[in-house]
Amino acid sequence: RVCVSACIPLSLPRLLIVYPWTQRFFDNFGNLSSPTAIIGNPKVRAHGKKVLTSFGEAVKNLDNVKATYSKLSDLHCEKLHVDPENFRLLGDILIIVLAAHFTKDFTPACQATWQKLVGVVAHALAYKYH
Amino acid sequence: GVFAKIGGHAEEYGAETLERMFATYPQTKTYFPHFDLQHGSAQVKGHGKKVAAALVEAANHIDDIASALSKLSDLHAQKLRVDPVNFKLLSQCFLVVVAIHHPSVLTPEVHASLDKFLCAVGNVLTAKYR
Repeated sequence: RVCVSACIPLSLPRLLIVYPWTQRFFDNFGNLSSPTAIIGNPKVRAHGKKVLTSFGEAVKNLDNVKATYSKLSDLHCEKLHVDPENFRLLGDILIIVLAAHFTKDFTPACQATWQKLVGVVAHALAYKYH
Repeated sequence: GVFAKIGGHAEEYGAETLERMFATYPQTKTYFPHFDLQHGSAQVKGHGKKVAAALVEAANHIDDIASALSKLSDLHAQKLRVDPVNFKLLSQCFLVVVAIHHPSVLTPEVHASLDKFLCAVGNVLTAKYR
C-alpha cells in the first residue's frame, strides 16, 4: 500500500517528461524546462498528491466510481478542458511506475487488474464530458 | 543503450511481452486463434523471439527503421492486417517488461526515448496499410 502511494505522485512528472505535450495544461506551474526541473517542481509534486488522493477515493468506491468522480469530471471538461486521452496516458505511465517498483511481483494478472482499474478511473473522469 | 542491456534476454522479454499483452488486453488474442496461449507455450515463445528480433533490428537501424522493417511492413499490410491500435498495447507491455527487469534503466528520459522508438516502429509497420 505504501509503495503504491509513492508510485502515483511519481507518475505525474513522468507523464510530463514522456509525453511533453501534456505540459500544455500546466502553463502556470512555473519551471518545466527539463526533466530535473519537472521532477523538482513543487507545484507538480502538489498536484501529484491531489491525483493520489482522488485515486484513493476511486479505489474505496469501486462500486460507484462514476458518482465519485462526477464533479471532477465536470471540472476537467468545463474548466480544465483536458482531452480524456490524457487520463489514459497517465494510467499507462502509472502501470510502468508500478512495474518498476514491484518488478517480479507485478505479475501479468496484477498488470491486467491495474490496467482495468486505471481504465475505469479514466472512463469515470471522462463520463460527464459533453 | 537500452537494447544493449536487453541484448541476451530479447527472446525472453519478447515472450513475456506477449504473455502480458494477452492477459491485459484479451482482445489481442483474436489475432492468434491458432496458437496455444497458455503460460509457457512454445508458440508464444517462438513468436516472442520474432517480435524481439524485429525490435532489435529496428534499434540497430534507428536512422532508417522503414528500410530495416520493410518486409515486415509489407507482411502486416497485406497479410496480417493487425489493427493499428494494437501496436500501442504491445509497446505498453514491452515497457512494463523493461521496467520489471531493469527498473533503474527506465529513467523518465529513457522511458520517453523508448516510447518514441516503439511508436516509430508501430508507424512503420502500419505505414503501407492504405
